[in-house]
Amino acid sequence: MSAASPSSTPAQGAFRKFRERNSRILPNIKARIGVGLLLAFVLLAVLAPVISPYSPTYTGFSLGASPSPAHLLGTTRSGQDILSQLIWGTRPSLDVSLTTGSITMLVAVAIGILAGLLEGIIDEILMLATNIVLVLPSIVLVIVISSYISAASDVTISFIIALTSWPWGARVIRAQTLHLKSKDFVKAAIASGENHFRVAFFEILPNMFSLVAANFFFTCLYAVVTVASLQFLGLGNINAISWGSILYWANNSNALMIGAWWWFLPPGLAIGLLGAAFALINFGIDELTNPRLRREGP
Amino acid sequence: MRYLMRRIIFYVVAFVATITINFFLPRAMPGNPAEALMSKFGGRLNPLALKSIEIAFGLHEHEPIWNQYLQYLGQLLHGNLGTSLAYYPASVSGLIGTALPWTLFLVGLSTIISFVIGIIIGSISAWRFGGAFDTFMSTFFTFTYAFPYFWIALACLYLIGYLWGVFPISGAYSMDLVPTLSGSFVFNVIRHAILPSLTIIFTSVGYWAVNMRNTTITTLAEDYVTMAEAKGITLRRILLRYAGRNAILPNITGFAMSMGFIVGGAILTEIVFSYPGLGNLLFQAVQQEDYPLIQGILMIISFSVLAANFVADVTYSLLDPRVRVGGNQ
Repeated sequence: MSAASPSSTPAQGAFRKFRERNSRILPNIKARIGVGLLLAFVLLAVLAPVISPYSPTYTGFSLGASPSPAHLLGTTRSGQDILSQLIWGTRPSLDVSLTTGSITMLVAVAIGILAGLLEGIIDEILMLATNIVLVLPSIVLVIVISSYISAASDVTISFIIALTSWPWGARVIRAQTLHLKSKDFVKAAIASGENHFRVAFFEILPNMFSLVAANFFFTCLYAVVTVASLQFLGLGNINAISWGSILYWANNSNALMIGAWWWFLPPGLAIGLLGAAFALINFGIDELTNPRLRREGP
Repeated sequence: MRYLMRRIIFYVVAFVATITINFFLPRAMPGNPAEALMSKFGGRLNPLALKSIEIAFGLHEHEPIWNQYLQYLGQLLHGNLGTSLAYYPASVSGLIGTALPWTLFLVGLSTIISFVIGIIIGSISAWRFGGAFDTFMSTFFTFTYAFPYFWIALACLYLIGYLWGVFPISGAYSMDLVPTLSGSFVFNVIRHAILPSLTIIFTSVGYWAVNMRNTTITTLAEDYVTMAEAKGITLRRILLRYAGRNAILPNITGFAMSMGFIVGGAILTEIVFSYPGLGNLLFQAVQQEDYPLIQGILMIISFSVLAANFVADVTYSLLDPRVRVGGNQ
């Protein structure tokens, strides 16, 4: 990116200089904070049995208590310790976002590379399907489908979200595949008789790792927020302990109107921080790698 | 014009695909929602409602699926979306007709305001690239983007609406008022719209700002900007009259596309603020398993998204001649 314009005007020079400095330091800071946050959540999820002061499902505490030394975030209206729920809620939230991210990227990578590599009629059909799914209103579809399936499990929800969110990645990956295909090393590989499978997995895929990773984290961000929204609406699995279901029960018990901010604010903050972790990693990767990638996407 | 023809064909295909998905979706679901519905409502349904479910779900099992599909298409062509179960005997199209204007008003207006503010912030960020304003805004938007919308909305509702009591917290107008075109009623409607509108603007302005900032920065690297600078034109003028115009192009397309999501995109806003729009109606339908209504709303939402995308394509080809030339190759 820095070699784009060898001679430049003062303004562009300033931009370029800043961009150079920016691209080396800032994204690293962004990515580092993001990775740090994510690791903290993973640790919280793994250590939940150790850290959590009480069982998240035990209902024997005083009902609807405000924060106290015994219950740092108070208790729910049915007498559960909110801090314990929050700590245990990390597990399903991490789980569902990473699962959704993985499924979505698998589909996106498969379709994107296939379309870019084969071109012709298969490309046309795949891109038509991609563009159609792209214009479907995904949040509406996700809500409707999860309402058709009563009490959908987390894995089902992951699949539903993946079903409507793969096209973004597929388009970017197809564009990058087309770009890589014009490079000499891929041409050489094809000329030397490597089959499509080998070209896809050994030549093209390793060279777009950062792109796939950035998209993966972006999908994770989308999944965290979407799953929480669904659970808040009472769709999906609201009886398991998760951040979204805490919010659902808080809202159901009018936590806001009785001023129980300790019930209602922390899960939202947790979702936001996990989302921010994914976003920061995504931006970090995006800025570290070639920014032209974005402009080449259709 | 070949470009436009291609796009028109695409949208026709996409629309048929959407209708087809809408038709097959409930039929493909495990546990057959139609049967569950029949057992739930039992003998309490009257013939018209029954007919409506039959069409939505194809309960005539003896009829081949193709016939059912054609019947469904026929009903759609006559603008007949069926009868609602939860709000029986209201028709689905009637319910949608009542809810749609509220959504268009609230979300449409909020989106326009958000777009304008976002473009201004984005331009300033690009102008002061790397400065304090830019850094602050970028960081700030990372967070508004990551937090779940409904939670921010609830927090605003709690703080501004409940604790401070500045704005009404639910509905589109006070329940004791009769909708008229009087000044006091209009004022009441606006007062009710401010809080939900603020939350939409707050959470969506970052998207426009970041996009505008990035496209402007990209545009500033173009040769004609260098040329303008060589001529000694001030940076401010370059940003406003040279780069800004071109940088705003992709954002206008994005704006047109987002108009399509207005109809379906604010489900959570309407639910949190009990706003009587389409999103709220959909949620009610989902909760009460009113399948004909769900199907009808899904249909309307898909249609408006496609229509808005088409408008976006047309606008872009009008504004940017390169698209038209590219289509002729």
